[in-house]
Formats: sequence, structure tokens, C-alpha cells
Amino acid sequence: MGGLAFDVAHLLAGGLVLVSFMMLYQDRLYALINIYGLHALALTLSVAWQAYIQDAGHLYVTAAIALIFKAIVIPLALMRIVRQFGIHREIETAVGIGPTMLAGMGLVALSMVVMLRVTPDADPLAREDLAFALSVILLGLLVMVTRRNAVGQVIGFMSLENGLILAATGAKGMPLVVEISVAFSVLIAFIVIGVFLFRIRERFDTVDVGAMDEFRGEKR
Amino acid sequence: MNAGANAADAVAFILLIPVIAGGMLAVLPGYRLTARLNVGASLLTFLVALTLLWAERPAPGAYLLVDDLNIVFIVLNTFVGFTASVFSAGYIAHELETGRLTPTYLRFYHAMYQIMMFGMNLAFVSNNIGLMWVAVELATLTTVLMVGLYRTPEALEAAWKYFILGSVGIALALFGTILVYMAAQPVVGEGGEAMVWTTLVANAAAFDPALLNLAFVFLILGYGTKVGLAPLHAWLPDAHAEGPTPISAVLSGLLLNVALYAVLRFKILLTASPGALAPGPLMVVMGLTSLIFAAFMLYRRRDIKRMFAYSSIEHMGIIVFAFGMGGPLANFAGLVHMVMHSLTKSAIFYAVGHIAQVKGTQKIAEIQGLTASHPVLGWGLVAGVVAIAGMPPMGVFMSEFLVVSSTFAREPLLAIPLVLGLLLAFGALLLRVTGLAFGAPHGGMGRVEGSHLPMFAHLALVFVAGFYLPPPLVAWFRHVAALLG
Repeated sequence: MGGLAFDVAHLLAGGLVLVSFMMLYQDRLYALINIYGLHALALTLSVAWQAYIQDAGHLYVTAAIALIFKAIVIPLALMRIVRQFGIHREIETAVGIGPTMLAGMGLVALSMVVMLRVTPDADPLAREDLAFALSVILLGLLVMVTRRNAVGQVIGFMSLENGLILAATGAKGMPLVVEISVAFSVLIAFIVIGVFLFRIRERFDTVDVGAMDEFRGEKR
Repeated sequence: MNAGANAADAVAFILLIPVIAGGMLAVLPGYRLTARLNVGASLLTFLVALTLLWAERPAPGAYLLVDDLNIVFIVLNTFVGFTASVFSAGYIAHELETGRLTPTYLRFYHAMYQIMMFGMNLAFVSNNIGLMWVAVELATLTTVLMVGLYRTPEALEAAWKYFILGSVGIALALFGTILVYMAAQPVVGEGGEAMVWTTLVANAAAFDPALLNLAFVFLILGYGTKVGLAPLHAWLPDAHAEGPTPISAVLSGLLLNVALYAVLRFKILLTASPGALAPGPLMVVMGLTSLIFAAFMLYRRRDIKRMFAYSSIEHMGIIVFAFGMGGPLANFAGLVHMVMHSLTKSAIFYAVGHIAQVKGTQKIAEIQGLTASHPVLGWGLVAGVVAIAGMPPMGVFMSEFLVVSSTFAREPLLAIPLVLGLLLAFGALLLRVTGLAFGAPHGGMGRVEGSHLPMFAHLALVFVAGFYLPPPLVAWFRHVAALLG
């Protein structure tokens, strides 16, 4: 059981990192949103498996929230926003795909080196989980940095949040924060979708963050 | 025992009053009523917080805690929250008249104001690192919404930038928090105890130092984004410049302190663990970078609120530098400087808010001769800038002097960039304030609506602190300075 539990957890967390990589090379908005749904699905499986092997009932709640909100509701809502507002379907990336992928690989290598080196005595399951989680967080940051589009940045941020939840579930017996962080990630998503995209659209007729630069205060 | 129970009640009231007031303000109509209610609720919170100074402190619980470190900051937080609400009442009346704010948004603004106060108070009293994270995040989200309140393109861009950078920072801080839990879990055991700060400090010596080091890097990057340390400061000037001025005052005076307080808590944790890396050098480098960077940036500012926002980055740099140097004297100076900066900077923003309203602009070039056209306001601004630039006899001078002299005594080489940064900032601020305050009056001549009392109350406190600090305050700061290592 110990070997199998470890392998499956490893597989699922590794899958999450892979899906993060898939986000890096998407240049269409719909595709990016779909990949985000897949990302949330991978998170759901990973959290559910952790709930099973840790015998922690409350983690099933986290998994259910990840499935319902992150894998279904938020992608559908984002698609609706894109369709209704007629946002450009293509995403302008700040850096080319090739360098981005290379940077992503570098970040994953970095997080492995950092996390595995500092946690030699920790439970192997938890330490690999943390290393994967850090990779997902860094890749999420990379997605945010390389997209010039507000929806793309939001998706990058939400994938980063998924990495945090992976880390929190991997830390055995961590109290309270799992539920609260999930509630917060949903809240953030609502604020972003409800308030910001709506207002930005209202004011700019585009959700391209680049268009906002010309409104910077302090013009010379 | 009875007194102890009273202090626990006081903590509960500090949290409950803002929540209840926030709920009421969200539904009540009318400007006069809600502005008064906002002031009343803030005053009540402040009075309750004052009782904490005398009451016997309750034993630290699983979630809440009152100790020497946070007691001063709770009182400061509620005090500035109260004066800012007084200032806000006058400010908002003007904004309603000019039509920049609609009644619906006003309701939203007042409700958010109280929720933000709740978040900050909760961050100060929490004894649980998870709860502290939640509180800081709550305060961040409410301020994001308030920065975007005017819905102009500039305000939206500022709010968006703040939101993105703030969320990334807060995400990194959560990862750091999880790592601290991972370090504590083998020693303290699974479950809630491993996130209680007092338990963590008591057992820190047995934690895995490598894991703690890594956690601290994430925590200082995460919370450091909210402190506004360079190079993670990009959100700060925009958020200060585009939001309503009472919020700029609260952001600079209080929210930066909240984030810094979180960093300090974790620094104490690292100090308690002998094997862990000394957090000093990292903080010294970040502090000096922020100080010198902000000092240079001060020269190129054309917007008055932006200029004082950069000055906040500068002062946060000084404070982080002082805590990085460590030792009883530098830590003491850092704590005093936190208090002095928060009082002085919010006073300056009160002045700036009135100036921007009477002149109808925030551009430095279009404001001149304030001491001639609005003597009270103009001299108030001059006094504030003199204080913040670190001239005697104000309190900021005393704390900066302590930082510089303790640095000279221990690391003379580090004192060179420190003094350089201070002088640069000093020059920039004086250069600008002479333009603003003196010369032929220029721009709007309208009368100032609202009270000058909040501004002068703060300045008076800073002035008195230049000569005299109450002995209990000194004793608390000494104790905390020793804890900080």
C-alpha cells in the first residue's frame, strides 16, 4: 500500500506540473481556459488521493470545491465573459514560446533542487509534494508574467493558487487553512471576474492590459 | 482574574465593532449619518483598544494574543483609523459635491473602511500564523476595492496592478506559512498547535533550520511585497496616487505596518532557532535597496501623492534596515520609527488631501505658495515634511538618529549608503516643499472644508515624541527589541 500510495500521489502531482507546462504555450484564450479546467481537475484528483491516503475527511470537501468551482464554474464563466465581451481570442505573449518553455524547465529544476535539498528528513511523500507544488507556483508566476492579457493573468494566478492548495494538502494534518484558502481563492476569482473584468471592459473596450499603459498617471 | 477577562473582552470588541459597523454601513443610506457612524465606530474601537494598555493581559489562546509587540500597534492602528475617519468625513463630503463619488459607492466605501480596520486589527491580535495570513489577505482585498473606487482609467490600472502584485505576494506568504507548518509538525505534532505562534516560538530551537530558512525567504518576499520593498514596490505609488486620500493615509500609515509586523513575527521565530540563517543580511540588503532607490525616485516625481508614496518606500527601507542590523538599539529604533512614520505620514496625507481638493490638482507644478493662500494648511504641510525628512526636534529625527548612530558603532561601512540615502531623500523633499509652500500663490483659492484637527493631533504627538516617550512604551519596546535579537 505504501508504495502504491506514494506512486499515485507522485503521478497526480506530476500531472499537475505537466498541465502547468501546457498553459505556457497556449496562444488562444479558449484553449487556455480549457487547460485551466484540466489543471483544476488534476488538482481535484490529487487532493482526493491525499484525502484517501491521509484518511482526512475534510480534504474531500476541498477536492469537491476544486472540482465544482475551479474545474467547471470558473472556466464556464470565463468563456462567457470572453464571448459576451468579444475579447480578442488570441493572446499576445510578451516572450516567445521557446524561451518561455526553457524558463519553465529551469524553474521546475530550481524548485526540485531547493525543496529536495532542504527537506532530507521529512516524509518523502510530503517533500515531493512540496517540490511539485513549488513548481506549479513558479510556473503560474511565469504564465502571469508572459501574458499581456488580463484574462491570461487571472488564469496564471489561479493556477498558482492551485499549487498552494497542493502544498497545503501535502502538509499532513494542516488545520483550517485548507478550507480558508479555498474560500479565498473562490472569493478572489469572483472579485476578478465580477468587478475587475467588468469595469475594465466598461472603460477600455478591451481586456488587453497593454491598453491600460497609456492611462498611467504621471505622463511626461 | 477579573481584569484578565476584561482584556479578553476588549480584544473581542476590537474585532466585533468594525464588523458590526461595516454591516450597518453597507445598508444605511445618507451621507451625514454614515460618515458619523463611521467616525463613531472608529472612536469606539480606539477607546476599547486604549483599555488594553491597563488591563491585565489574557493568556495567549489558540487564535488570539496580546503581548508587548502588538499592543502598541493595536492602539496606533485604531488611533490612526479614528483620525482618518474624521478626515474622511470632510474629504468625502467634498467628493460627493464634486460628483466624483455617488451615494452607492459611498456606502460601499464606508463598509469597506470598517472591514479593512477589522482585517488589520485581526492581523495584529492573531496568534495563529494561518489566521494572520487570512487577515492580511482580507485587508489587501478591501484596499484593492477602495483604490479602484473612482473608476477612472488610472484608478482601475492602479487597482489592477495592486491586486496582481498583492495577490502574488500573499500567495508566496502562504507558501512560506505552509513551510513553517512543515518545519513545526515533526516537533509539535499534527494539527492546530503547529500553527500557534507562541507554541512555535517556544519550540523553535528544535525545528529543522533549513526548512525555516526557506520559509523565511518566501515570507519576506511575500509580506515584503506588501511592505513595498524594492524591487517589489511597483504597486505602491499607483495605489497611493489614484485611490481616495484617506485610503492613501491608511495604506501608508497602517497597512505597510501590518505587513512589516508579520515579517517581524517570523523574524522572532528565526531568532529563536539557533541553527537557522540570520535574517539580518537579507533584510539589510532589501532595506538599503529600497531606501536608495526611493530616494532617487523622489527627485523625478510630478504628482504630490506619488511623491509621498515614494517617501513611504524610503521609510520602510530604513525600518527594515534597522531590524536587519538587529541588536537592542537598532531594533528599538526600528520600532519607534514604525510608530513615528505612521503618525507623520498619515498627517501629511491629510494635508495633501485638503490641498488636492482646494487646488483641484495633484500636480506639483500647479501648486504654489500654500503658506500664503492657505496658511494653516501650508504650514501644516511644511511641519509634516520637516518631520518626515528627519529634522530635529521631531520624533522621526530621534529614531533615524538612533538607526544611524547604532550603524556607525557596529558597521561603519554600511552607514555610508544609509546616510547617503537619507540625505538624498532629505534634499528631494525640501526641494519640493519649498516649491509647494512658498512663492506666489498659484491655483485654486477655495476654502478648506473639514477639520485640520487630525493632522495637527498627529504632528503634536510626533513633536512630543521627539523629547519624551512614555516609560511603559519604552519598556515594551526594549523587551520586544531583545526578543527580535
